[in-house]
Amino acid sequence: MTAPRIALGPLLYYWSRQATLDFYAGIADSAADIVYLGETVCSRRHELRLEDWLDVADLLADAGKEVVLSTQSLIESESDLKTLRRIVGQERHRVEANEMSAVHLLAGAGRRGWVAGPALNLFNPQTMALMQAAGAGRWVVAPEMSGAALAALQAGLDQSIETEVLAWGRLPLAHSARCFTARHFNLQKDTCEFRCLGLADGLVLRTREGEPFLTLNGVQTQSARVHNLLADLSQVAPRAQILRISPQGEHTLQVLDLFRSVLDGAVDPGEAFHRSHEWMIGEPCNGFWHGRPGLELCQSS
Amino acid sequence: MTSKHRIELVCPAGSLPALKTAVDNGADCVYVGFKDATNARNFTGLNFDAKAMREGINHAHARGCKVLLALNTYPQADNWADWTAAVDRAADFGIDAVILADPGLMAYARKTHPGLRLHLSVQGSATSYEAINYYYEQFGIQRAVLPRVLSLPQVEHVIAHTPVEIEVFGFGGLCVMVEGRCALSAYATGESPNCNGACSPGKHVRWEQTSQGMETRLNGILIDRFGEDERAGYPTLCKGRFDVNGETYYAIEEPTSLNTLELLPELVKAGIRAIKIEGRQRSPAYVAQVTRVWRAALDRIQQDATHFAVQPAWVAELDKVSEGRSHTLGAYYRPWK
Repeated sequence: MTAPRIALGPLLYYWSRQATLDFYAGIADSAADIVYLGETVCSRRHELRLEDWLDVADLLADAGKEVVLSTQSLIESESDLKTLRRIVGQERHRVEANEMSAVHLLAGAGRRGWVAGPALNLFNPQTMALMQAAGAGRWVVAPEMSGAALAALQAGLDQSIETEVLAWGRLPLAHSARCFTARHFNLQKDTCEFRCLGLADGLVLRTREGEPFLTLNGVQTQSARVHNLLADLSQVAPRAQILRISPQGEHTLQVLDLFRSVLDGAVDPGEAFHRSHEWMIGEPCNGFWHGRPGLELCQSS
Repeated sequence: MTSKHRIELVCPAGSLPALKTAVDNGADCVYVGFKDATNARNFTGLNFDAKAMREGINHAHARGCKVLLALNTYPQADNWADWTAAVDRAADFGIDAVILADPGLMAYARKTHPGLRLHLSVQGSATSYEAINYYYEQFGIQRAVLPRVLSLPQVEHVIAHTPVEIEVFGFGGLCVMVEGRCALSAYATGESPNCNGACSPGKHVRWEQTSQGMETRLNGILIDRFGEDERAGYPTLCKGRFDVNGETYYAIEEPTSLNTLELLPELVKAGIRAIKIEGRQRSPAYVAQVTRVWRAALDRIQQDATHFAVQPAWVAELDKVSEGRSHTLGAYYRPWK
């Protein structure tokens, strides 16, 4: 068995142009093999326009990274579709489809090898076969899918497909038309003053007992806890050819290095999990992988 | 203006009594589910076994009402056969259309029962015509239910660019998240609308009177706490009060219902083909009240759209059964976003 490759997922937060460019300059010589780029959360976020993302993509590709352009997760307007068509229309980089408009356009354009994103609700071999026939060459497992359900899906496939599993980061749990960050600041989405910009890791929502529960990230809701599969890697690796790390405000490079060390056999998974605590922006969880509520932390058997 | 097509009123039926009530109060279609995880209202005491289904279909068909079956959760590798068996049963029962979300299941239905009409469920999360047309080209869907995320002009734009009939939500509980794209319940309880057909399921709910007030918990997580003057609501997790930056408020959404009565003229003009009432988990009394009001409103607007006005009595009736006794236009009204 070859060790999984490491992917850096799309940046889900909204950082300033300079912070974003600096971040990806650092990624050029990071431990990541694959980098997903583009705005997937909110069409109002435009510190980097599509042209800028394409520049970053070329820079990273020239640095030897495999680049994938990720599409927006919620398509509402014709202008969203226009951006989508441009992403599908470029041919240098692969595309990650994050809803069915993208699947339709990619299939229609005859693109092969695209990535079926984590929000497509791919839960059974029959639906996966349809995506493969439409040109998908890789898929990212829905965060709520357990390792056992993943194994059953893979066993049912006539033709295997490259599998990517989210191994580190806050869980992307929901999308809405409503912006919860704007709501927090008593603003409407259309005049949101781009308040996401000041929030490198989003806004933590706590219960009235003070327990961090969710993270508000514009129109996206994430977990407050960090999904961390470091201690589970011996169970995950046989099922996944790629491990996804989700970018965070700080320490992303260290997290990438830590995964690399574990995959190289230099650090034991348990030890890596222990070390990773100083880089987590919330308590760890891994319940989904174990078929449990996502916020739980389970011990790998 | 008169619309080209009669707009169908699609009413919820979580039980045989609710089905009969909906039919008798003027529903054009009722939608139902089997008693299992194949539909997104998999709650104890709800839904139809074979006997109730047969009786319900007979009652509806005898009165010119269609019966639609929701099979709108996502099957997994190990339970796939349960979902295909449900499609087969629907065809055998003579169901008028099945409401599906999973593409694999649509392909199965199309191949096995080519005469069975397919509707794309709201759980399919198709928010653009490009997405809807994918299901049309691949599986021949004839209708799509739009997620509650688009503004009115966006709904109109979708309709103008697809041959698929568009059904929208008109009234009832409001999902704030894109349907089919929400794993909040899975995160908190391990059960989700997508895979288990349940959001914030009752078996994880605890109500506790404490010195600080009535507390509602979901799998131990405090969703809200109510003072003596407040009416404690069910802990649907996106409708609790939480703390963000030291401020406690309904951070995601208030407990409120969607009510689009006042948008009806614009929805009709946009070319919608059906209006859906949410609430298979609600009582026959709710179904009766809501069906009656919407029947009256739809009849009025289809007779004479230019003089249509929302009757105060309609609103009063609907507010009685609204969650939190209040209502919103949701995403149809841009500032809500």
